[in-house]
Amino acid sequence: MTQILKKEQLSEQVYRFRIDAPHIAKRRKAGQFIMVRANNHSERLPLTIANASKDDGWIEIIFQTIGASTTELGLLNEGEHVSDLAGPLGKPTHIENFGRALCIGGGVGIAPLYPIVTALKEAGNDVSTIIGARNKGLLILEQEMQAQSHKLFVATDDGSYGQKGFVSDIFKQLLAEGQKFDFCVVIGPAPMMKATTVLTVGAGIKTFASLNPIMIDGTGMCGGCRVTVFGETKFACVDGPEFDAAGIDWDSMLKRLGSYREFEQKAKDKHICQLGTEQ
Amino acid sequence: MSDNAEKKPPVNERFIKTPMPEQMPEERIRNFAEVPYGYAAQEVAREAARCLQCKNPACVAGCPVGVKIPEFIKCLAENRFRDAAQVLKECNTLPSICGRVCPQEDQCEGLCILGRKGEAIAVGNLERFVGDWAREHSDQLDIKVKPKNGKKVCVVGSGPAGLTAAGELAKEGFDVTIFEALHEPGGVLVYGIPEFRLPKEIVQSEIESLQQLSVKVVKNFIVGKSATIDELMDEEGFDAVFVGSGAGLPSFMQIPGENSIGVYSANEYLTRSNLMRAYKEDSRTPIINGRRVVTVGGGNVAMDAARTALRLGADKSIIVYRRGEEEMPARKAEIHHAHEEGIDFNLLCNPIEILADEKGFVKAVKCVRMELGEPDQSGRRKPHVVAGSEFEIPCDVVIIAIGNRPNPLIPETTQDIEVSKHGTIKASEEDGRTSKKNVYAGGDIVTGAATVILAMGAGKRAARSIIEDLL
Repeated sequence: MTQILKKEQLSEQVYRFRIDAPHIAKRRKAGQFIMVRANNHSERLPLTIANASKDDGWIEIIFQTIGASTTELGLLNEGEHVSDLAGPLGKPTHIENFGRALCIGGGVGIAPLYPIVTALKEAGNDVSTIIGARNKGLLILEQEMQAQSHKLFVATDDGSYGQKGFVSDIFKQLLAEGQKFDFCVVIGPAPMMKATTVLTVGAGIKTFASLNPIMIDGTGMCGGCRVTVFGETKFACVDGPEFDAAGIDWDSMLKRLGSYREFEQKAKDKHICQLGTEQ
Repeated sequence: MSDNAEKKPPVNERFIKTPMPEQMPEERIRNFAEVPYGYAAQEVAREAARCLQCKNPACVAGCPVGVKIPEFIKCLAENRFRDAAQVLKECNTLPSICGRVCPQEDQCEGLCILGRKGEAIAVGNLERFVGDWAREHSDQLDIKVKPKNGKKVCVVGSGPAGLTAAGELAKEGFDVTIFEALHEPGGVLVYGIPEFRLPKEIVQSEIESLQQLSVKVVKNFIVGKSATIDELMDEEGFDAVFVGSGAGLPSFMQIPGENSIGVYSANEYLTRSNLMRAYKEDSRTPIINGRRVVTVGGGNVAMDAARTALRLGADKSIIVYRRGEEEMPARKAEIHHAHEEGIDFNLLCNPIEILADEKGFVKAVKCVRMELGEPDQSGRRKPHVVAGSEFEIPCDVVIIAIGNRPNPLIPETTQDIEVSKHGTIKASEEDGRTSKKNVYAGGDIVTGAATVILAMGAGKRAARSIIEDLL
């Protein structure tokens, strides 16, 4: 348990770890997450499970090295162990045959979208997937998504790959073409989810968004991950992480995500600085 | 005692409690070291000698785990520390923790006969001394462990209820495994109670002593998620399960502005500081070090949070509580320490809104004044709002310490377990039995948020039932 079986770098800042975790692999369902700590000083990081094999007893996580703790995680190598790994947590995505399903992923949010695309396809849905990133180098899992989706659309902000623009631009085009969808899941950076779900909900599509608020324990204990959904306080860890996008108070969530921006930058600078001296 | 003595003030030495040496308030508010230093042998001897050695000791009746108080105090008075430790360890699994965190004034000390005419025996201070002695001299103690009986018991949660149940069962020869959701065992003793009140090394050493009794501790395992109770029993071969998962779901006030940046549940604030060591330089976990911190609530957790805020560098730490100081559920010692440390008590005052700046950061709490009316169901006088009494307290951090609801993970995932309308698991107060066969529960998951010692009492009673039912 907890050994890194395989490490891949998917883009400049994005890594995929395959971790030995038979217990979690056996039970996890699409949409669930784990808590991981790289070492004894690291924060507990909530990461949605990107893939798993029940038979071989592993799970995969995909993460971007943004802060000090994700940087520390990215420094671990194949054969090494993460200090702590717990899960699967959160409620699984509600999967059924909705008919035509639309899955929209942005940036590193494409990773947690992958098992949902797979599960929706297995349930018999006709799955259209839109993925996007800032540029070609940051786009992940294109081939995997291609294999699991009936149709795949790709956008990059700078136009270095696929269509130039945002995932929401592609959605607008599909809508303009008169395409209809019965169900939609959106995962990505919070501003992207806000912008995209406003459109999908506006088009009358039942839409769920997988939220990524600040979280400590992941079991309901701290309440740090609270979000307002249809006017009620919900905890993303036990009530989510997916919520009906029509009721999410995005502005409050976006503000809360910025709680520690200053600390994070300082911690990262300091960490990089220390790494420099060690070398 | 003669009638004459009753009329006189307690000048007799016997009526005066031996003071506990402590860090000075001005010094301790800038560090996380424990506040009381603990009695030295000389102080122990003086305090123990005050005990009347009652034939029918009221103190014991007041102890949820039934510690043989006069017996261990007698050993102390006779300078027999090892014997005192032996007596204490046999009835209490975690004495150095209880000595520090029990509400003695409502239990043993509250019933002490000496307390009628003077100051009660400092049972807590003496227990702490013996507990610490026992930790440091564990090789001299003779803990009787019965041979293995071949039965496997799973304990869910490594807080006070779980640790106590595990200890009792291990001594009885059960094969015990504790499952802990977090990365460090100890439950509220580690994530909640701060270092200055309960040093973490004490909790660690108590857990190590359980491991020496061959109790296994599995961290990062969330029963209900990593495996259900039914799976643990059917597939992993556990013969019984004790659920001591605690009241891990913080309550909020449901007032406007509660999601502003800088509003924490006490659980989050304390977890960041304690479990995640945000107070240490090398921790990656951030915490907002407010200059002016308002803590809402009047229990031990509120005191812990308000005092932690000072130690994290607040200029002003303010408690806001809707009733009066008399009604505060916190231990007297904690309230006293909080006063000494210069914490402002804003009593009969209730928040109605949290105000934030344009970026979403807290800037003030809007409150109303309250007045006390008739006693409510809890026997405490019910507070009412004073009309037109709104006022603002400027601050940059708000900590909500108004209690916890039971964690839903186990009730949601366990078949045939009866749950109350509040979400607590229904279990007998006397024996810890639930509606599900061979599943027992105790502590906050049954009672709702309560105290460490009540959880320990429940763990002990449930262990007795397991022994009765399985052997």
